Amino acid sequence: MSKKKILYGGLALAAVGVGSLAVYSFNKPTKKKRSTETKVWKYGNDINTDQLFPGKYTYTCSTLEEIKPHLLEDLDQDFAENVSEGDFLFAGKNFGCGSSREQPALGLKGVGIQAIVAKSFARIFYRASINQGLILIECPKAIDAFQEGDHVEIDLERSVIKVGEKEFEFPKLPKEILAIREAGGLLPYSRKLLKERQKNREKSEK
Amino acid sequence: MSFPQTFVEKFLSKKSGQKNLKAGTIVTVEPDHLLTHDNTAAIIGKISPELEEYGIVNKNLPLIVIDHIVPASTSKSALNHKKIREFVEKHGVKNFYDAGNGVCHQVVLEKGHALPGKLIVGSDSHTCSYGAMNVFSTGIDRTEAACLLLTGKLWLKIPETIKINLTGSLNEGVYAKDLILTIVGELTSSGASYKFLEFHGGKSLSISERFTLANMAVEMDGKGGVFPCDQTTKNYLKEKCDISSSEYEELWADEDAEYYDEYNFDLDKVVPMLAKPHKPDNVIPIEDYKEELLFDQFFLGTCTNGRLDDLKIAAEILEGKKIKKGCRMIVAPASKSILKKAMSEGYIEILLEAGAIITPPGCGPCLGGHMGVLAPEEKCLSTANRNFKGRMGCKESEIYLASPATVACSALYGKLVDPRKVLEN
Repeated sequence: MSKKKILYGGLALAAVGVGSLAVYSFNKPTKKKRSTETKVWKYGNDINTDQLFPGKYTYTCSTLEEIKPHLLEDLDQDFAENVSEGDFLFAGKNFGCGSSREQPALGLKGVGIQAIVAKSFARIFYRASINQGLILIECPKAIDAFQEGDHVEIDLERSVIKVGEKEFEFPKLPKEILAIREAGGLLPYSRKLLKERQKNREKSEK
Repeated sequence: MSFPQTFVEKFLSKKSGQKNLKAGTIVTVEPDHLLTHDNTAAIIGKISPELEEYGIVNKNLPLIVIDHIVPASTSKSALNHKKIREFVEKHGVKNFYDAGNGVCHQVVLEKGHALPGKLIVGSDSHTCSYGAMNVFSTGIDRTEAACLLLTGKLWLKIPETIKINLTGSLNEGVYAKDLILTIVGELTSSGASYKFLEFHGGKSLSISERFTLANMAVEMDGKGGVFPCDQTTKNYLKEKCDISSSEYEELWADEDAEYYDEYNFDLDKVVPMLAKPHKPDNVIPIEDYKEELLFDQFFLGTCTNGRLDDLKIAAEILEGKKIKKGCRMIVAPASKSILKKAMSEGYIEILLEAGAIITPPGCGPCLGGHMGVLAPEEKCLSTANRNFKGRMGCKESEIYLASPATVACSALYGKLVDPRKVLEN
């Protein structure tokens, strides 16, 4: 083979190589979430409120913007930066145990967590989440069934969660609490209540 | 149809104006008090427009105590305190205790607000402490506290109850803190989830000891922990607060009430305990901890163990002695009146001579804001109720929990020591 042919052949091969690399890079999965992709952030048992939001910031961070960067700071450094609207958080038992600070519930709702699914929830956190309109789903079977990469969907109407190909039922909320969640949280619910009280007061004064 | 009820079934039936309600029922109640502290600023911040329009529902409802960052350590916390004072002034809040009075739960106790028959909620998880005084008290969050200030009403689900039977008495060198660490270890950090704890058989325990026990009900995820009102309760209220029994209404469970579960603890068998990082239920008897465990800092204080009897124990152990060179000991008296009494009894002088640092009455370094934050790789032995990772301000440090006696004895040697060994000499 002539030297020229070898050279041209080599260059052609190189071009194909570079071209393939370019095509691969273009199609390589990126960290950025595509519109239909939701991440599931999975953790273990007894995740406490200091892990969800360090106590030392309790009095310096109250707004959503202040809370966001510190969410799960001592548990998962990736979370605050990479969490996206519609993501799920999965956990074991006793999720949210510890302090009554509400930055965890407020923050997780604020960054768009679609729902927290766990084997069980600590009670103050459970209450705090209802008050923020954050959806909590108690479903041990769903947690046990979940495998890395499974697609997750929730149907609040039917009270059902789909994990991969499997479907599991979860308990419905009592009607008093449902009313708070449907109002979007305790504050909007209370505002309604106060307006009603005032209307009734004005009516009886007439 | 009448049936034997637990304390919470009876209490919440009465409080909601109904009869014979069972656990599991949801009721709407009007709490007697709402306890808030430094977080009052954040709470009222959520409802500024509503406060303008409607005001607070009742001037007697709030109990506000500034205690977590005392005195203010940053201009931000100083601003918080300023906003709280302005709110108190504007709305005529009757029960306000400014910085320096002490830890909120201790102040509530001392000022006679924790009365048998009362329903107190607070934006602090250790609000459950007042159960020591036959009070139904439990922690809620800031949003709920804000709405309560406006509406005065709250929903509660009547919890099931776990009965705790206490028998015998604590031996020399063993204290209420060792007992509650034993209980927390047995039930675990979620063992009382959504349940109330009823303490039976604790007649010989002082109010201070009952407070230590009720304080840690939340460390088992309990809604609360309650003691009956007995002569000890009545004597405390008469002697310390000048409140006679005609001013409150005690209530207790019926004889044959149905419990979710029952646990028996023989106080004679309790030994000095240690809670290892990073959970309060990660307990071990000190006599079983075989390795040498060195500490950099010792902390005596908090709503759990910052009272006069706790300071007295430490002073008796440290009298005429010095804490280990190279170690720090932080002492945070839980209230101004405790500090004053400790001074007049000579405890403060003893502790200072021994090398302790005395902080203003307040929460101190318990939650990592100031007054004794830890450095990476440091270990602290503390009388507090929580040892979560990073709680004292640094996630590369470790917190161990124990009784005041264990903390004081260990401070002498700079390492973990069974207090019985020191006390018998």
